[in-house]
Amino acid sequence: MSEEEMMEEGGGVVKKFLYLNRKAPIGTVYALESLEVVLIGAAFEQDVSMIFMDDGVYQIKKGQDTKGVEMKNFSATYRALEMYDVEKLYVSKESMDERGLTADDLVVDVEVLDAAQLADLMDDQDVILSF
Amino acid sequence: MLHTVNKSPFERNSVETCLEHSKNGSAILLIEDGVYAATAGTRFSDMVKAAMGSKTVYALKPDVDARGVQDKLMDGIQLVDYAGFVDLVEQHDRVQAWL
Repeated sequence: MSEEEMMEEGGGVVKKFLYLNRKAPIGTVYALESLEVVLIGAAFEQDVSMIFMDDGVYQIKKGQDTKGVEMKNFSATYRALEMYDVEKLYVSKESMDERGLTADDLVVDVEVLDAAQLADLMDDQDVILSF
Repeated sequence: MLHTVNKSPFERNSVETCLEHSKNGSAILLIEDGVYAATAGTRFSDMVKAAMGSKTVYALKPDVDARGVQDKLMDGIQLVDYAGFVDLVEQHDRVQAWL
């Protein structure tokens, strides 16, 4: 264990976990799987961040109504993440721009970062889980 | 000919290839993640808008609603429900699916 690694209250190591989300929410199961892993991981009191980029930004688009396709609508669950102390949510500026989206279109408060800033953020992590 | 596209234009080139290889007068039906191509202000909006000059572009409303992009649709996109999907299939002699 390096000296930089923090200890959690129970004495375990706290690592920086990043969940990288790049897929649209419904066409594939990646988004739901990612969300479930984030929620499970939250129980272990780690330092969690999430990035939404490419079609992943559509995961947190407001106004999703899945009644017509008879599928589970899990978009509201992103709003519950802060209750699990998952509060570091980032979106790619370039991904938002090329989709005509702004932060107002999203169900959660996010920090919009450009590619260079996202590269720094990813470089700062201990573990990156990609979905 | 009725063309269906079910992939996001950002994820695959299915929408672009479909638009490039469909004849004037064709019907293009965007379904599943293909409906993202029906939204305004994207990298692909101009391409789709240009196609609407000679082709009719439809989007499947349940798939639009599920993705929350009902407030982002481009002018000129024709929304259809599942019954409308069936009508389109019935009205055209053939269906070409772009996956």
